[in-house]
Amino acid sequence: MNWHMKKKRKSVLNPNIENILSVKEILSGNKLAGARVIRLIEENDPQAFELLKQLYPYSGKAFIIGITGSPGVGKSTLINSMIQEFRKLDKKTAVVAVDPSSPVSGGAILGDRIRMQKHATDENVFIRSMASRGEKGGLSRAAKDAVIVLDTMGYEIIIIETVGAGQGEFEIANLAHSIGIVTIPGAGDGMQAVKAGILEKGDIFIVNKSDKPDVDQTLHQLNMMLEMRNSSRTDFQTTTGTDWTPKVLKTSAQNGNGVKEVVDTFLSHFDFMEKNNTFDTKKDEMEILYFNALLKDLALEKLLKYIKTSDRYVETIKEIQSCKIDPLSAAELLTDKLIER
Amino acid sequence: MKTTKKIRVLIAKPGLDGHDKGAKIVCLALRDAGMEVIYSGLHQTLDQIIQTATEEAVDVIGLSIMSGAHLPICEKLLAMMKEKGLDDIHLTVGGVIPYQDIPQLKEMGVAQVFPGGVSFEHIVTGINALETGEK
Ligand SMILES: Nc1nc2c(ncn2[C@@H]2O[C@H](COP(=O)(O)OP(=O)(O)O)[C@@H](O)[C@H]2O)c(=O)[nH]1
Ligand SMILES: [Mg+2]
Repeated sequence: MNWHMKKKRKSVLNPNIENILSVKEILSGNKLAGARVIRLIEENDPQAFELLKQLYPYSGKAFIIGITGSPGVGKSTLINSMIQEFRKLDKKTAVVAVDPSSPVSGGAILGDRIRMQKHATDENVFIRSMASRGEKGGLSRAAKDAVIVLDTMGYEIIIIETVGAGQGEFEIANLAHSIGIVTIPGAGDGMQAVKAGILEKGDIFIVNKSDKPDVDQTLHQLNMMLEMRNSSRTDFQTTTGTDWTPKVLKTSAQNGNGVKEVVDTFLSHFDFMEKNNTFDTKKDEMEILYFNALLKDLALEKLLKYIKTSDRYVETIKEIQSCKIDPLSAAELLTDKLIER
Repeated sequence: MKTTKKIRVLIAKPGLDGHDKGAKIVCLALRDAGMEVIYSGLHQTLDQIIQTATEEAVDVIGLSIMSGAHLPICEKLLAMMKEKGLDDIHLTVGGVIPYQDIPQLKEMGVAQVFPGGVSFEHIVTGINALETGEK
């Protein structure tokens, strides 16, 4: 054993574990296997990519629900009660709960599952905490890939908890089939959502902590804003009646009040989409977005590697250093040359 | 693809201890050392701890025990970990633990013991050492 092998972090896998990391074990719902694959996904391990390729054809069965809203509004508590309702319907339910990483240390405290621990020993519930690891809005490819694994493990309902709706390819609307936006009573919070551009993405608006004052006012505000949103829309779905009218509900997640209605409404949103064939359209869109995101990652990685190992790259560096060319022109020239080929 | 490894730790409080101030501060210290810490709250049964460690795919379980029951709890948990295929996870324990119990805990397979009064720095170094294989 040389020095650098000794220094290397030990693998998360011991040799006995490696042989449970198979497509077969994951498809059979083996929690240990599924959990370890998700870990490899987070660590960008090439082994995970290979497994995902084999798993992907088995995915696409789950109904994926996004739950988003500011910290402290009660998302985790609500999800805890939602799990209970889904379990009453005998649905295998999984949760991916994303919390922000500390920008300073890169570490994170993941405390969402504190509120869900009563389901920890339910064989048909799987809860996975995930750190955002610097992704804006908290969602990343790791969240998407984890959902694929859980889907192939047979979880019928997968709930993603995030603070904020995310951005780019992996924003919540591109990861989930149905989006719940959680707010609390009190003026201002509804407006925040509009400002954050979230209003457009919501399928169900949930005013949680309805045991507190000013609930009706907040419900009213939200309803007004949604009416405005709808009346300003003239797109195809709206005019053909295949557009879902967002619902506004109130809950008191702590004691479970209103949560059954939330679950029923998510399920009726699912039925609505199925009936109008918009579910498949949505799935197709999500798939192409996933492909585009992968393409972006891989293209960047592979092309950069290709460029940086070329003689031309070495020459260009020298030319910049000797002031023969400026960095801007050099970068442009090098990439243009690549495409010409 | 660039691999990105982070140490994942489950901090759990088994039994009926009334508060978790200490455990929460340990969580903060580990986070500030760049680790991902899953905190599962008070009053965890051993079954809950096993399930959580499984689903969260952690490298380390850190128990916080104030009740004096650390010997039977660790023994039972280690046996359960072995049974459930979690024997590659390091078990550590902190809290109110008399120094004379440390050899026995290590003997049964506890990787690190952090009795009351050890510094957070010590805990961070101890857990880092487990994962880099340096003692
Ligand atoms: N009064 C009241 N408090 C609630 C309700 N739901 C959650 N909480 C509390 O709000 C706090 C934050 O809840 P949590 O679920 O962690 O919020 P999250 O950050 O959005 O996931 C906790 O102290 C909960 O007990 C509710 O319906 N009513
Ligand atoms: Mg939460």
